[in-house]
Formats: sequence, structure tokens, C-alpha cells
Amino acid sequence: MEEIMEAYKLSGGMPEDLKSEDTASMVVEGNRILKSNVIDGLIIEKKETKTGAKIKIIVEKGKKIKKPVHLCFSILPKEGLQEIISEIVVEENASADIKACCTFPNAQEVKHIMDAKIFLEKNSALTYTETHFHGSFGGIEVVPKSKVVVGENCVFKTNFSLVTGRVGRLDIEYVVDAKKNSVTEILTKVYGKEEDIIKIKEEVRLNGEGARSVIKSRIAVKDNAVSEVLNITEGNAAHVRGHVDCTEIIKDNARAKAIPIVSVKNESAKVTHEAAIGTVDKKGLETLMAHGLEKDKAVDLIIEGLLN
Amino acid sequence: MLAVKNLVLERDEKKILKGINLNVCNGEIHVIIGPNGSGKSSLAYMLMGCRDYKPTQGKIFFNDKDITDLGITKRAKRGITLSWQEPARFEGLTVEDYLSLGRENNKAEIEEALRMVNLNPKRYLNRFVDHKLSGGERKRIELASIVVLKPKLAILDEPDSGIDFVSLTDLLDVMIKLKKDTTILLITHREEVAQIADRATLLCDGYIVKDGSPLEVTEYFRDVCKSCPTEKYSEAKLKI
Ligand SMILES: Nc1ncnc2c1ncn2[C@@H]1O[C@H](COP(=O)(O)OP(=O)(O)OP(=O)(O)O)[C@@H](O)[C@H]1O
Ligand SMILES: [Mg+2]
Repeated sequence: MEEIMEAYKLSGGMPEDLKSEDTASMVVEGNRILKSNVIDGLIIEKKETKTGAKIKIIVEKGKKIKKPVHLCFSILPKEGLQEIISEIVVEENASADIKACCTFPNAQEVKHIMDAKIFLEKNSALTYTETHFHGSFGGIEVVPKSKVVVGENCVFKTNFSLVTGRVGRLDIEYVVDAKKNSVTEILTKVYGKEEDIIKIKEEVRLNGEGARSVIKSRIAVKDNAVSEVLNITEGNAAHVRGHVDCTEIIKDNARAKAIPIVSVKNESAKVTHEAAIGTVDKKGLETLMAHGLEKDKAVDLIIEGLLN
Repeated sequence: MLAVKNLVLERDEKKILKGINLNVCNGEIHVIIGPNGSGKSSLAYMLMGCRDYKPTQGKIFFNDKDITDLGITKRAKRGITLSWQEPARFEGLTVEDYLSLGRENNKAEIEEALRMVNLNPKRYLNRFVDHKLSGGERKRIELASIVVLKPKLAILDEPDSGIDFVSLTDLLDVMIKLKKDTTILLITHREEVAQIADRATLLCDGYIVKDGSPLEVTEYFRDVCKSCPTEKYSEAKLKI
């Protein structure tokens, strides 16, 4: 357990969060569920499998889980396979904030697969923050796939971050079905080095009237790393607003590809995309800066504004 | 307060400002007039430090400090701000948010500023600074933002364009009040607005062709420049 706590720290977690009794948490090492703590308003169903675990998290109707739910997925040995099949249901009028740390500090031949289904029922909210640490060898393959349904008036925010250590091979796939007046925010930050390979596919289908979304990717690649970001936003209903904002910075021999695909099927829908940070409406950015804001703050404010 | 020395700006290999020397004194309203395309807005962007308006030559001093290499935020922090000729729109940002940018939110002050530009705070505080505002409303909000920001130097690029005839006197009132704390570099096409300035500069084809009292300079503009084809502005410059 001590070793896991150390690994947990490396991926940005705080061990106290996993120990605290009034905080919901779960620790999965390889295919062993080492710890699970539930609090009122939350149901966790869990089962160890041959290669990992099957997990279902339910946030009960009307329950607002104030303290973040902490999840830790790890493989401590150099080699191993971990397949997590998860389902998260946030029932009507409920809300939760889930913080997942995925830590593989010694990975030399590790594979981590995450197959997630996430359902947000009417008027609910979920923030899912996922922080990864893959060690310094690059001998790892991480494949997170998520299918998300963001119900009417729901707010779904997901934040994926892998910025320290190596990436290895990363293959993210997100598909979001956004219902009426919902808000979806996907933020991905990855820093690729050496021979890392980053593949990201994030797709938001704005299917309900008035739905809004932002897909924001911040990718840096150096050495021989390769990244490919495919951001798809479909405006399929009236008055939807979508924005794709992808910035990639490359150094050395790295290669980066950004493919924004925006499509609109309704004349009152608006989906925009930016391929670089500087191109977030330059005048807007400079106006905010002329009021004394730092550039990053100004960029955030413009995008936050879109989701307001 | 602001000293511009031999400023040259090129964009896409075209010279837009061709050696500007300008002094704006503390506490004055300094007006810049000139025909369309003469480089007034470009000068404003350059003074603010906008990304595509870095001078190819020359220096800008603010309160005796060289600010030529500073970016927008740093210049703003030193007390310079700019209101754009066509102000930007922001989805999801309310008038109240906008008027609180870069400072503590002081509602009483914000409401007072809105009243100064003749906007009812009740109706506007929660509206978004987006495309639903009319051009004139947006300009007034911009002016209100300058009022609350209380900068040391405000560069106002045609604050009077799109403002209706009746409101023009209000605009002048605002500028006179603003003048108490703020030095104003004012760009305008209206003669009557130019008259509130303490000094005037006439810009033509990227050159400063005349400097003096607002009356002198507007008369010169009317009598000499308006009948003069663009190429001659360079000659006019030589005559000074
Ligand atoms: N990116 C650019 N490349 C080349 N020329 C440009 C560029 N941007 C502006 N210009 C030119 O620079 C000149 C000055 O433009 P500027 O907008 O500063 O004029 P202005 O005096 O503010 O005009 P107005 O009274 O119409 O507002 C114009 O001739 C314009 O066409
Ligand atoms: Mg102009």
C-alpha cells in the first residue's frame, strides 16, 4: 500500500484523500481491488476480473457529493495488463466530482485499457479529472475509451492530463452525445517526448437544442514524439454552440497533426475551431490583455465565456 | 507622458507609419485626425503593443521608460489602455464581468460608469457583451470600461463613431470627466469632437503633417488636405 501511495503522489494525488473515511475512494492495483470506501449518496459495485476490474459507480438521485471521489488505478511492476471496465451513472439532479489518478511508475511493458460508459441523467453534473503518470521508460500502452451521454441541462467536464514523464503509446477515444441545453467541456493536456505516440480522438455530437461544448487540446511534442489530434464536433440541433480549440507545440523532430472536423446540420447552430492559441479571436484576446489580463487568463476567459 | 520617437511600421512589406514623432503630455486630451487609411488605428495598436503592430524602427517611452519591447499586458499594467474602433464581442461575458476585468468588482462604481454613458445599469449589467448589443451600445460599454479602469493613458479610437447625434454631448461630458485622472489620446473624424482637445495632430499617409491647436489643425485639414491627392501628403510633410 505504501508503494501505491508513493505512485499515487507521482500522478498528482494526495495519499490522505485515499485514507480519509469521509471521502469516497477506490484503489485498483493490477487486477486487485485493494480498497474501496463509499459515502452516503454513492453506490460502488465492483468485481475483480482476470485482467483487471469491473466497476459501477452510481451517484444517487438528488445527491450532491461535495468532496471529490478519488480513484487510483495502478500497475506497480514493470510488466502487466490492466483492463478496467467501468460505468458511471449520475442520476437526476445529482452531482459529483471524480478524480482519477492512473499511475504506472515502473512501466516497461504495461498495458492499461479503460473502457468507460458514462451517463448523466437530467439536471446532473459530473467533473471527471484524470491525471496520468507513466514513468520514464515509455514502455506502456494506454487506451482509454469513453462513451458519454450528457443528458438534458447537464454539465459534463472532463480533464485529462499527462504532462510529466513519458507517455508511451496513448490512444484516447471519447464520444459524447450531448442532449438539450447541456454543457460539455473536454480538456486534454499531453506532453510527448522521445518516441512517444499520442493519438487522440474526441467527438462531441451536439444533438439537443441549445447544447454547448468546448473541446480544448493542449499538446506539446518534442524529440521524436508523434501526435495526432482529431477533434470532431457536430452541430445537429438548433442553437447549439461548439468550439474546438487545439494548440500543438512541436520541437526537434516531433510531428504533430491536428484535424478539426466541424459539421453543422442546423442553420442556427454554430461550431467554430481554432488551430492555435493565438487565433482565439485576436481582438478579443488583445482587448482583455489591454485591461491588464495575462494572455493565458484572457484565453481561458474567452473560452469560459462560451460555456457560461 | 508618452513620447514616440521616429516610429516606423511596416505590414506585409508596406510602410504604414513612416517616422512618427509625437508627445502626449500628462493630463491633456490630444486628438489625432486624418483621412481614412492614414494610419491612425495602426498607431493606436502600436502604442498598445498589439501583436502584429511591432515597430520596425523607433521607440516608445511612457513616463520616461522605454516600453517599445513590452507586450500588451505589461503596458496595461503600467496604465495604458486602448478602446478599439470596432470593439470585440464576448460570448458569455456579462457587462458586469467586463467592467470588472483586471480589478476588484465594485458594483457602485460600475453602475455609476454605466449611467455616465447613458446606459441603465438595471438593463445592462447582466447582458452579455456579445453580438446582440448594437454597435452604439457596445461603444458606450467600452467607454464605461475606461471610466472604471481609470488608466493613466486612454487611447480612444473613434469613440464617437456609431454614437447618435444627441448623445454626442454626453460623450464629450464623459471625456471631460475622464480627463481628471486620465490622459486621453483621442482619434476622431468629427471636427466638433476634436475641439475638446488641448492639442491636435494631423496624420496623413503615415506621416504627421501638422501639429497645433485643434482649430488650427482641423482648418488645415479642411482647407489644404481634403483637396490634396494622397501622394502630395508626403510633400506637405516636407513643407513643415
Ligand atoms: N495587414 C495589413 N497589410 C497591409 N496594409 C494594411 C494592413 N492593415 C492595415 N493596412 C493599411 O494601413 C493603412 C492604415 O490603416 P489604419 O486602419 O491605421 O487607418 P485609419 O487612419 O485608422 O483609417 P480609418 O479612418 O478608416 O479608421 C491603410 O491603408 C490600410 O489599408
Ligand atoms: Mg481607424
